[in-house]
Amino acid sequence: MDVIETKINTTSDEYRRNYESMVARVAEVKEELRKARDDRPQKAKDRIASQGKMPIREKLERLLDRNTPFLEIAPLAGRGMYDGMIHGGGLVCGVGVVCGKEVIITGNDATIKGGATYPMTMKKTLRVQTMSMQNRLPIITLIDSAGGYLPMQSEVFPDIDDGGRIFYNQSIMSKMGIPQITAVMGLCTAGGAYVPAMSDEVIHVKGIGAIFLGGPPLVKAATGEEVTAEQLGGADLHCRESGVSDYYAEDDAHAIEIIRNILYCLPLREKARLPMHEPKPPLYDPKEIYGIVSKEFKVPYDVRELIARIVDGSEFLEFKELFGPTVICGWAYIHGYPVGIIGNNGVLFPDSSMKAAQFIQLCDKRRIPLIFLQNINGFIIGREYERGGIAKHGHKMVMAQACATVPKFTVIVGASFGAGNYAMCGRAYNPRFLWMYPNAEIAVMGGEQASGVLVTLRKDQLTKEGLPPMNEEEEETIRNPIIEASKKESNALYSTSQLWDDGILDPVDTRDALGLAISASLNAPIPDDVFGYGIFRM
Amino acid sequence: MYTCREMGISTVAVYSEADRKAVHVLRADQSVFLGDSDPAESYLNIDKIIAAAKQTGAEAIHPGYGFLAENPLFAERCESERLVFIGPPSKVIRELGDKTVARRTVMGSGVAVIPGMNKPESDTRVLAGEAEKIGYPVLIKAAAGGGGKGMRVVTSPGDFNEACASATSEAKRAFSDGSIYLEKYLSRPRHIEFQIVADRQGNVVHLFERECSIQRRHQKIIEETPSPIMTPELRERMGKAAVAVAKASGYVNAGTVEFLVDQDKKFYFLEVNTRLQVEHPITEMTTGLDIVRIQLEVACGNPLPVRQEDVRGRGHAIECRIYAEDPEKGFYPSPGRIIYMEEPSGPGIRNDCGIYSGFQVPVEYDPILSKLIVYAEDRSQAIKRMIQALESYIILGVKTPVHFLIDVLKSEAFIKGDTSTDFIDTHFCGWKPDRCYADAACAAYIIDELNPAVKPKAATGQAGTEMSPWQTLGLWGR
Repeated sequence: MDVIETKINTTSDEYRRNYESMVARVAEVKEELRKARDDRPQKAKDRIASQGKMPIREKLERLLDRNTPFLEIAPLAGRGMYDGMIHGGGLVCGVGVVCGKEVIITGNDATIKGGATYPMTMKKTLRVQTMSMQNRLPIITLIDSAGGYLPMQSEVFPDIDDGGRIFYNQSIMSKMGIPQITAVMGLCTAGGAYVPAMSDEVIHVKGIGAIFLGGPPLVKAATGEEVTAEQLGGADLHCRESGVSDYYAEDDAHAIEIIRNILYCLPLREKARLPMHEPKPPLYDPKEIYGIVSKEFKVPYDVRELIARIVDGSEFLEFKELFGPTVICGWAYIHGYPVGIIGNNGVLFPDSSMKAAQFIQLCDKRRIPLIFLQNINGFIIGREYERGGIAKHGHKMVMAQACATVPKFTVIVGASFGAGNYAMCGRAYNPRFLWMYPNAEIAVMGGEQASGVLVTLRKDQLTKEGLPPMNEEEEETIRNPIIEASKKESNALYSTSQLWDDGILDPVDTRDALGLAISASLNAPIPDDVFGYGIFRM
Repeated sequence: MYTCREMGISTVAVYSEADRKAVHVLRADQSVFLGDSDPAESYLNIDKIIAAAKQTGAEAIHPGYGFLAENPLFAERCESERLVFIGPPSKVIRELGDKTVARRTVMGSGVAVIPGMNKPESDTRVLAGEAEKIGYPVLIKAAAGGGGKGMRVVTSPGDFNEACASATSEAKRAFSDGSIYLEKYLSRPRHIEFQIVADRQGNVVHLFERECSIQRRHQKIIEETPSPIMTPELRERMGKAAVAVAKASGYVNAGTVEFLVDQDKKFYFLEVNTRLQVEHPITEMTTGLDIVRIQLEVACGNPLPVRQEDVRGRGHAIECRIYAEDPEKGFYPSPGRIIYMEEPSGPGIRNDCGIYSGFQVPVEYDPILSKLIVYAEDRSQAIKRMIQALESYIILGVKTPVHFLIDVLKSEAFIKGDTSTDFIDTHFCGWKPDRCYADAACAAYIIDELNPAVKPKAATGQAGTEMSPWQTLGLWGR
């Protein structure tokens, strides 16, 4: 296969500027990750130690197979919200390997507000359930939760994507045959009681774990009965009398051993198979991505240079190289898996939209996973293009992409603006995994454009009302707040705190993250009997 | 690594391109990639190994059996970088590594050495004179060598010059040091070595002998303990000599003192291996001691956990080395892919195995696949147990000496204990396998093909041989 020949000059000023900027951004993200992982009050750490509980990271270390990766999901969710204390939404979630089987693991971090459920905790739980369903990955839940955070109950209880959805999903997942293994390693109160109850198998830790619909304070208030948590919902009660729990564990370590035994015995259907090649690393150093990705979106860069540092042997078969050049489509291998890659080299024109729509159909028909590398300002606008039917050509790409049944993966490697986000498989289009680069931005449009639009609207209004036009200063008072808000609310750290993505990737990790994700996605069969689309407007 | 895990010590494996999927890499707590398969870029690259240790926060380095295990520069570098080198001090490695210096040290301790020269020489005329003095047959050896490289036997003065020239050039290629020296060539000697362990407090204990006479291409393939000719009195004398050698050299950690024993049971010092030996498990089997644990304890500065009088040997242990090699073609390496394998198991059987089904045996390194060790109450039971274990050992895809080893173990000479370093040349020159094995395999294959109904589904071959990044990326993201 043809190798992508790089045209990057690693000694140029531009390369150096980009590189330094990316190094700084990666360092910033790493520092945020460190905080989310380690910054806990000593008091909280001491409390769980005195309760005989193992810290969540240690539970993970014991649960995962030795010397295997952990693909953490949304470690910075909830960053900056709720006084900045609810690191990762209070949950540690990720994909890992237990007894050779790829699984999703989700566990409460009891050093954060006793594992209480905040709105972001809810959103993250629903996200991993979705991932479990889309990829048919067994889900292991290590629960230690004080229950819903009552002062915010209106945001975690009533709506479609609130508390009830978790148990709805658990029912559907069980019906789908997705194993759900839950270890009760702390309190599971009220709604929380249903998490184990709805699971396939429950491990209950003696003296620490307790399941009840109403906790001791509520019981006392309602009936005057004085009981301890252990008497009301401990391991002995639920393993010997009620039958709510299935396995009796002496401590956290024992519970984890039991989970590993369950996984050992768990029969899993064979993974979907793709015609693989022997994996080989790219010819170019992935670290060079730092110098390739532009510091400013205004400066375009060739997405092929990125592809060359992600795919096996830097080998890439480009499709329709001479047609619709603002979108790059082609075939390659990543960690031995065949993939179809779509990347942006500019805004989408009618020809590039049709090219991408055709390429997506080819990959779908051939059961080749799709990878989207988003760096897109949107579709082309202007009278000429409207007349040429850009809307219907854009529609073809969106339709093909939305209806494709092969696994899709999205990495936002620059701008993700407007309908470009949709066509390039944004969050709403169900990519199995979606990550952002530290420099990426996501919004309906760039801050400059948005403020420009608002200024124009105001000017038109003034003209209509026969009022004098605005001066520079007045324009600025409209422009500045929009640009400020955009800076604050479209950057990668903001996006990831809102769970609009599954995490921020260090660009050097792109290839490995994709390889791990593709492997995980193959736990779900790739159906070939539902191939088809809606009506393509011609 | 098993010992470390028992002791609660985390392990870091290092690996080269060719060893990406090697067992040690998959089994360690974490692993670090060094570089290209060429040893100079990986396992012999001191800078990279030190960097790997620093990067992972390792406190000590176990050098294993090969590559840098007996390299004084490496040990010295560890010392200067404040990393614990699990082995003797660099000075001891340097002195014992130079065989002529080693000979002088040993002579000073009153242990007999094989008649020969005390320093290397390059002038052929001087060498020829020394050869006359020692008396033919003589053995030419490389001063910096080991593993049979640069070694020549010369029986008459007529062949002497040519042999010197070829030994020098081979030594130069193998060790980048062409200096050679001469020794008396002993006829049909036995190779008997003593395991020693020494601590920093100056205690030295020997853990009895191993007989490693069965060799091919000057490399051991069958080792056993105790030696069939050993008597308590001889063991006492040889053990004392081994301890004396260790003390004279200021030895610390585990090492092996090698001797040659002639037909009259006179023993001569050969060399000291300043590292853990491939064949150390047989000593562990009979003494019940974990030598790697002792190494780690000593490296921590702790005294030896045993005294000489506490060491007891019981029963008999044999080790067979299984290489990817062709016993019909001079034991030439036969690398390739292991299509399928099944390990022997049962009481008293231990297989230290570095391969699995689907594993690609790298062409770049010594193609050892596994070390099969058995233990039983006495020698004849141990031989039977080893034969049984070898017969149930299945390795498909590369040639191995398994059938050859079975024939050696079944031979009258071996059973009688009549072994010497030329055993294979004497008894098994031009060995061919019994056709029965191949014929039976063909018959089994045909029966299998004729009865597709009883064939287990996807028992071998393709299924499950593909590796996902979940197996190859180590601790990524953790």
